[in-house]
Amino acid sequence: MIPGVDGFMYPNEVELQWSLLIVLYPYITGLVAGAFILASLERVFKVDAVRPTYRLALLTALGFMLVAPLPLQLHLGHPERSVEMYLTPHRSSAMAMFGFVYLWYLMVVLLVEIWLEYRADIVHLAQTTTGLRRLVYKMLTLGSENVSPEARRIDDKVGYIVTLIGIPSAFLLHGYVGFIFGSIKANPWWSSPLMPIVFIFSAMVSGIAGVLILYMALMKVEKMTIDMNCLDTIAKYLFYTFVIDFSLEMLDLLHRTYEADESFRSLDFMVHTRLWFSHVIVQIVLCTMVPLAILAATQVWRFSEAHRKTLYALSAVLALIGIFAMRWNVVIGGQLFSKSFLGYTSYKMEFAAREGLLPAIGLMILPFLIVLALVKLLPPWVKGEAREV
Amino acid sequence: MEISRRDLFKIGGKILVLASAGATLEQIMGAAPAPEAYRRADHWWGMIIDIDKCIGCGSCVRACSNENHVPSGYFRTWVERYQVEEGKQPIVDSPNGAMEGFPIHTREGIKSFFVPKLCNHCADSPCVQVCPVGATFVSPDGVVLVDTTYCLGCRYCIQACPYGCRYLHPEKHVVDKCSLCYHRITKGLTTACCENCPTGARQLVDFKNPNDPVHEFLRNNKVEVLKPYMATQAKVYYKNLDGAVR
Repeated sequence: MIPGVDGFMYPNEVELQWSLLIVLYPYITGLVAGAFILASLERVFKVDAVRPTYRLALLTALGFMLVAPLPLQLHLGHPERSVEMYLTPHRSSAMAMFGFVYLWYLMVVLLVEIWLEYRADIVHLAQTTTGLRRLVYKMLTLGSENVSPEARRIDDKVGYIVTLIGIPSAFLLHGYVGFIFGSIKANPWWSSPLMPIVFIFSAMVSGIAGVLILYMALMKVEKMTIDMNCLDTIAKYLFYTFVIDFSLEMLDLLHRTYEADESFRSLDFMVHTRLWFSHVIVQIVLCTMVPLAILAATQVWRFSEAHRKTLYALSAVLALIGIFAMRWNVVIGGQLFSKSFLGYTSYKMEFAAREGLLPAIGLMILPFLIVLALVKLLPPWVKGEAREV
Repeated sequence: MEISRRDLFKIGGKILVLASAGATLEQIMGAAPAPEAYRRADHWWGMIIDIDKCIGCGSCVRACSNENHVPSGYFRTWVERYQVEEGKQPIVDSPNGAMEGFPIHTREGIKSFFVPKLCNHCADSPCVQVCPVGATFVSPDGVVLVDTTYCLGCRYCIQACPYGCRYLHPEKHVVDKCSLCYHRITKGLTTACCENCPTGARQLVDFKNPNDPVHEFLRNNKVEVLKPYMATQAKVYYKNLDGAVR
C-alpha cells in the first residue's frame, strides 16, 4: 500500500503535478478579469452608479495582473526557459497562447486605459509635486502634457475604444484559462465545453467581490464616506453574476449526474469523500448558497445602511473564499482520482517549499500591496469626492 | 615480390578468420550498423503485446529502469495485475510498477492476468498537442520523444496523457517518459523491455516494414489499443485485451 492512496493509481499518477500555485493562477487572473469587467460597466455600459469604483477597479486589475504570471513561473521545472513560450510557441498548445493573451491584455488594454484615464491627473501631479515624486509623474506623462479640453476629449474617445476592446479581451483572458482545463480530454473532471464560461462568470463574481471589499476597506482607511448607491449597485451586479455562475455550475453537475458516464462513479465517490468539505460544504453551501441567499434578501427587503454594508461585506468575503474553493476543487480535485477510475491519491501541501503554502500566501498578499502602492501613486478619488456624490 | 598460390590461400585464410572473429565480437559487443544506414522515413515504430504470454515477472520493468536510468518510484514501463470477479470492480495492483514481479495470489474462481504498460506512442498524441514550446514531439519514425534541453517542466503533457505514462524527472526537472529505447532502435536493436521479456510477450514492430510480423499479427488476431475512445491513434496493440483494462 502506498500512503495516501486508495485503490489503484497508475504508478506515475500518485504524485500531484499541479499544486497550490496552479490554484492561485486562475484565481488571480479571475480577479483581474472580474475587476476589469466591473470597470467597464461604468465606461461602456454607462452604469454611472459604480463611477466611484471605476479607477479602483482598474488599479485592482493591474495589481493582480502584474502578479498573475508569478505562480506559473515559480511552478515551472525550468523557469529560465519560460521565454521560449514567446520565442517558439507551439501553435497547437492552449498554454502557449498565455504569454500573448497576457501581454495583449496588460500592455494594450490595461496600461493604455489606465494611462488615458489618469493622464490629466498625472500632468497635474507632475506640475504640483516636487522631488522624486515629480520625476516619477513627469516620466508617467510620457512627454505629453497637453490636457486641453480637445486633448481630453480624444483621451476619452480612445479610452472608450480601448475598453470596448478590453471587454472581449477580459473574457478571452479568463475564458482561455478555463479552456486550458476544459480541453483536456484525458481528464473527465476538467473536460467540458462549459469550463471557459464557468471560469468567466466565476471570475466576474470574484472580481466584483474583490473590488467591493477593497472599496469598503479603502474608504474606511481614508476616512471617506461610502457611496451607498455605488455599493448597492455593485452588490446587485454581484448577485446577478453569482446567479449565472451558480446556475452554470449546477448545470454542469446535473449534466454529469444525469449522463453518468464511465467516470461518474469515480468522480461521485471523490466528491462524497476527499472533496466533500472543500466542494460541497465550502464551495457550494457556505460560500455560494449562503451569500446568494444574503444578496437575494438585500434585493427583496430594505435593510438599514449599516446592515447592508455588513451583509455586502460578508457576501463578498464568502464569494471570494467560494471562488478560491472552486479553483481548488478544479485544479486539485482533477488530480485526486486515477485516470483508470480505480483509485484516489491525496495532496500533501508543503509549507516553506517552492510550491508550498508560504509562497502562496506571499503571492496573495503581493497584489494587495501593489494595489495599495498604485492607489498612493495614482489616487482613484479626490478626497471628499465621495461625500459630494 | 612473387606470391605463390599457397601463400595466397594462407593470407586469405587469415583475413577470413580475422573478419569472422571481428564480426562475432561485434555481435557480442552489440555494435550497430553505421548510423547513416538508419533512415527515419523508412520506419513507423510501435509495439505488440500478447497479454496471454505475460507472466508478470517484471523483467521488462527492471531492464527499462537499468537501460534508461529511470529514477526510483517512476516508471517508463510497468506491469499491472488485474483480478476480475464477475459483477464487481476489478482489483488492480502494480507494486512498485512490478519491478520485483508480483506476490502470488491464491484466490480461486477469478479471472487474473497481467497487462504491461508503456507510452503508446500515439500518432495523434494529446501530450504533443498541449506542449507550449513543442519540446515533446513525434519523430518522423513515429516515436513520441521529449527534448530535455527545451522542456519547461510545466507538466501540461502529464495532465494530457490519458495513460499515465509521463512523470517529472525529480533531478532534471523536465518531463520524462518511454522513448521506445530510441538510442537502441535507431541502431537496429530492439527495446530493452522486449529484449528481456522471457516469453516474448512484447515485441517492437515496424509498421512500414512489409516483412515485419506485425502485419500477420494484426491480420490473425483480435487486437485492441488502450482507451480507443480517446482517439489518440495509439500504436501499442494488445492481443486479447480484456474489457476491464483501463
